[in-house]
Amino acid sequence: MKKLSARRRHPLAALVVLLFALAATGGLYAAFAPADKAKADEAQASLAIDEGKKLYAVGCASCHGTGGQGTSDGPSLVGVGAAAVDFQVSTGRMPAQQNGAQAPKKPKVYTAAETEQLAAYVASLGAGGPETPNKSQYSLNGKEDAANGGQLFRSNCAQCHNFSGKGGALSNGKYAPPLDGVSPKHIYEAMQTGPQNMPSFPDTVMPEKEKRDIIAYLNKVNSDDTESPGGFQLGGLGPVAEGLFAWVFGLGALVAITIWVAARTTKAKKS
Amino acid sequence: MSSQDNSEENPPQQQDDADGGVLATRDNPFANPGLPPHEHRVQDIDERAAKRSERVVAGLFTLSMLSTIGFIASYVAFPVDKIVYVFPIGHVSALNLSLGLTLGLALFCIGAGAIHWARTLMTDVEVPEERHDIEATPEVREELLAGFQDGVRESDLGRRKLVRNTLIGAMAMVPLTGLVLLRDLGPMPGTMLRHTKWAKGKMLINENTHEPLRPEDIAVGSLTFAMPEGLSEEDHDFNNQIAKAALMIVRLQPENIKDKRELDWSHEGIVAFSKICTHVGCPISLYEQQTHHVLCPCHQSTFDLTDGGRVIFGPAGHALPQLRITVNDKGYLEAMGDFAEPVGPAYWERG
Amino acid sequence: MSTATDTRRKKAPAGERVADWADSRLGIYSLAKANMRKIFPDHWSFMLGEVCLYSFIIIILTGVYLTMFFNPSMGEIVYDGPYVPMQGIRMSEAYASTLDISFEVRGGLLIRQIHHWAALIFVGSMFVHMMRVFFTGAYRKPREMNWVFGFLLLVLGLFTGLTGYSLPDDLLSGTGVRFTQGAILSVPLVGTYLSMFLFGGEFPGHDFVGRFYSIHILLLPGIMLGLVVAHLIMVFLHKHTHWAGPGKTNTNVVGTPFLPVYMGKAGGFFFLVFGVIAAIAAVATINPVWAIGPYRPDQVSTGAQPDWYLGFAEGLIRVMPGWEIDAWGHTLVLGVFIPLVIFPLVLLAIAVYPFIESWATGDTRNHHLLDRPRNTPTRTGFGVAWITTYLTMLIAGGNDLWATHFHLSINGITWFSRIAFFVLPVVSFIVTKRICLGLQRRDKEKVLHGRESGIIKRLPHGEFIEVHEPLSQDQLHTLTAHDQYQPLELEPEVDENGVARKPTRSEKLRVKLSKGLYGEDNQIAKPTVEEYKEITSSHGHH
Repeated sequence: MKKLSARRRHPLAALVVLLFALAATGGLYAAFAPADKAKADEAQASLAIDEGKKLYAVGCASCHGTGGQGTSDGPSLVGVGAAAVDFQVSTGRMPAQQNGAQAPKKPKVYTAAETEQLAAYVASLGAGGPETPNKSQYSLNGKEDAANGGQLFRSNCAQCHNFSGKGGALSNGKYAPPLDGVSPKHIYEAMQTGPQNMPSFPDTVMPEKEKRDIIAYLNKVNSDDTESPGGFQLGGLGPVAEGLFAWVFGLGALVAITIWVAARTTKAKKS
Repeated sequence: MSSQDNSEENPPQQQDDADGGVLATRDNPFANPGLPPHEHRVQDIDERAAKRSERVVAGLFTLSMLSTIGFIASYVAFPVDKIVYVFPIGHVSALNLSLGLTLGLALFCIGAGAIHWARTLMTDVEVPEERHDIEATPEVREELLAGFQDGVRESDLGRRKLVRNTLIGAMAMVPLTGLVLLRDLGPMPGTMLRHTKWAKGKMLINENTHEPLRPEDIAVGSLTFAMPEGLSEEDHDFNNQIAKAALMIVRLQPENIKDKRELDWSHEGIVAFSKICTHVGCPISLYEQQTHHVLCPCHQSTFDLTDGGRVIFGPAGHALPQLRITVNDKGYLEAMGDFAEPVGPAYWERG
Repeated sequence: MSTATDTRRKKAPAGERVADWADSRLGIYSLAKANMRKIFPDHWSFMLGEVCLYSFIIIILTGVYLTMFFNPSMGEIVYDGPYVPMQGIRMSEAYASTLDISFEVRGGLLIRQIHHWAALIFVGSMFVHMMRVFFTGAYRKPREMNWVFGFLLLVLGLFTGLTGYSLPDDLLSGTGVRFTQGAILSVPLVGTYLSMFLFGGEFPGHDFVGRFYSIHILLLPGIMLGLVVAHLIMVFLHKHTHWAGPGKTNTNVVGTPFLPVYMGKAGGFFFLVFGVIAAIAAVATINPVWAIGPYRPDQVSTGAQPDWYLGFAEGLIRVMPGWEIDAWGHTLVLGVFIPLVIFPLVLLAIAVYPFIESWATGDTRNHHLLDRPRNTPTRTGFGVAWITTYLTMLIAGGNDLWATHFHLSINGITWFSRIAFFVLPVVSFIVTKRICLGLQRRDKEKVLHGRESGIIKRLPHGEFIEVHEPLSQDQLHTLTAHDQYQPLELEPEVDENGVARKPTRSEKLRVKLSKGLYGEDNQIAKPTVEEYKEITSSHGHH
């Protein structure tokens, strides 16, 4: 509750409330709208697009333009596809809070249903972009080759995201985010769509199976269960972190010991 | 005591007693008062305290023994691949952690015991010891020089110039043999650095799938790495070849390409650049698809892929080489020749 | 003679008999007699060198163990060991055997980690030790040669570290080797030849691991071992320096005897150092090569840095603008070659300072009393400026990590470092000198007026004063024991016989240096006995 009340005055609070309201309206409408089972799919699809359009007009149009054609503040969304919207919105990157080098990951603003509606609307703006992947595409089925995933990761990903996905710097304040705790779906979508400045790795050059191999590799080397036989990973950042650790804890401890060794032993009190 | 002579040119302002005057006189309040009297430690006067120290030292040594036993026990008990979760470290090797901690403790306790012993039970009376000049006395020096002169004279080196000169010549030349032997450490550079495995008609092979690439595979905003047709990871010289031939392929909107030659060498906006940084040769591939900049992760040289791979930031000295590509009659991308200039870091003969 | 030895032999305990045996063949008694009860002064900073020595011994011990399992070959194999994310991957035997040491040899990972942590600590402690010697002026006559030996050890330590770091042939170290190769290529005229000879052809070839191995385990450590022994012999020969204080003079050394006290402390300290490093290796991963992957020249990971001690060189190369001159069919790669030259020059700057100082002072006396850093403001300022240069470039070498962790622009950090490389050392020099002079003034104040006691007294006429307690003679002596040089003056252009004599350029330089070191603005004249007496007699009532 405290959190909630603290965030009440957040600049986006009004937007959130508005969106909740919209979602509720949409949800109620969806629930009560009479629909023939046969027509349901089509109707729902166009309904989703309509709902998405409304959400879009409120939350996205100011930067991306009313028709998704893009403005100076945001790129065109025509033809980016549903997967891109799903990635950007469900990781909280969009709607962006402010113009900056890069929109960071943050708590998401839209519900899953709203995200789908937005995705449906944006996908309707132009063909070509990848669809939101389904579970069978990104979830592991046990046939993945993590070692091959590692090889692919080092060829295609490690240059920006570091050898075990700890992230890294790009030019002018941009960065490749750490992949800790990123869901397989989002990793898959990111490879497919190339969010923000990340290039995409479409299925034509990196097939589905290889994407799953990469996800399997990340599960091995960058998850809560990752084995680190040698002890603390020190962030998995390599020699800089190791050097700092050696100075602070290694030399720090040893210098403290020299002080103890050379210190005068307590003298008996003069009486 | 020649070493104590002041330099004539620049005598420092010296303290009157700098040479060890121990006497503090009424005239000189700054004089060296001499060693203060020794103060006793608790252990020096209280046998019970000394006994306590002894027990601490012995306790530490005993702990070290136990720890060594623990080390051996861990070595035997834990399989090498046993992983345990230890808060807050994480999932670590049981063997590494237990061996390291027991070894560390076994060693540390010996050290701590010895030092506690030295600090509390051994003497702590500070005593002065005089320093002595290292340099020889003039007599010794004279004697040595005389001996040396005798030796030189008896060798006849000074008189028989021919012997001396040829000896110097021989000694100067003989190391050349070693130098010559180093020749076969490696081949002469020749034009090796100028050429790569790329040649006219070689297809661009996708490094991920090992399949040849077609233009329609490559979407705008995507990033693909390729190697020349006919190169295989099993090849003996794969690493040497890929170190020069590694290729980075992106697709740009043709109207975004600013450099005319780049446009000519592209195919439908698909451009192929060397993946090897022109600074010191790191595989450069941090491609930002919105800015079309590519950044090197090693030293942050930044190249603009829409402008002929021009350097826009960082320590690289020249643009990324571009590979001229086209499509063959089967619809696959292929090279129209080798890189026009040497790839990778610059060197003296590069020109 | 025989009877005398016989009786001695019968009575003597076994240990003594062994010693007798050795003495009659090696003459160890006279050697031991001179050194057994040698006096060593106690101060924590005098033990920093021991940290270096002990970590060096630890590195040798663990290194020998590692050679039993490591296979320095670049022959390629397909991994089939227990580490799943590498199974089926092509790699060099060097990399595979490093994985074996980490995953299949019991305790192998621990020894590897001890070896690497000890290496980082070794170089770190050499830096700290060197700066201790520098700031206290312990390099002055007769110890200049030991300073040079110590410096050589540091330089060799850097290269031993570099070659060792490259041995596992992993992606990170391979990137470092690639950088080294690129830097070698930049050398005018001979760069390509050097590179071809070092790598047995084109990079990476199949030779460098084997070659670096010989250099890393034999050549460099062999030289270092010799230098370490010589370094220690000289410490014994010169006897340790000590701080000024009551009873301590330039002609004696005050402390406790080698046997037993120092032996107990130094011997115990070895185990402490080893224990601490073993514990660190137990809890903290270093260089997890299994996560980094085997080297392939077309792969790379971001955050590619060398071990910290070469981070300075990394920084130089990162901030350097990309200058390249093409002329007459040749390329001068200044963007790489200039940092390659600056790197040794910066190291040399600190190495030659002692010789410049002794030239400027013209002092040929022996110095066994240490300087307090504040009493030599120019030297201290120079040392701090040098450290600042080093740190600035170290920070530049990690610019990508600072960028991500502090949300900065990597380009901004690079530009900051470019400017800071020139500005910060100057600023830190001036600031340090000011601080030193301030501390000197405070010392003078304390000597002349005593310590501020914190007690406020009201005088009969109502004035409040703080009571100053006079210092004891011990303290008075300690604060005034240092020498102060007078700056050189140029000799008059016309000498007393009226013969004109132009000062040479080197004389002018020397005078300038001397003024910079000891001129009016660069030291505070220490209180004289007369000043002290005048003040104490007039304010006797304090």
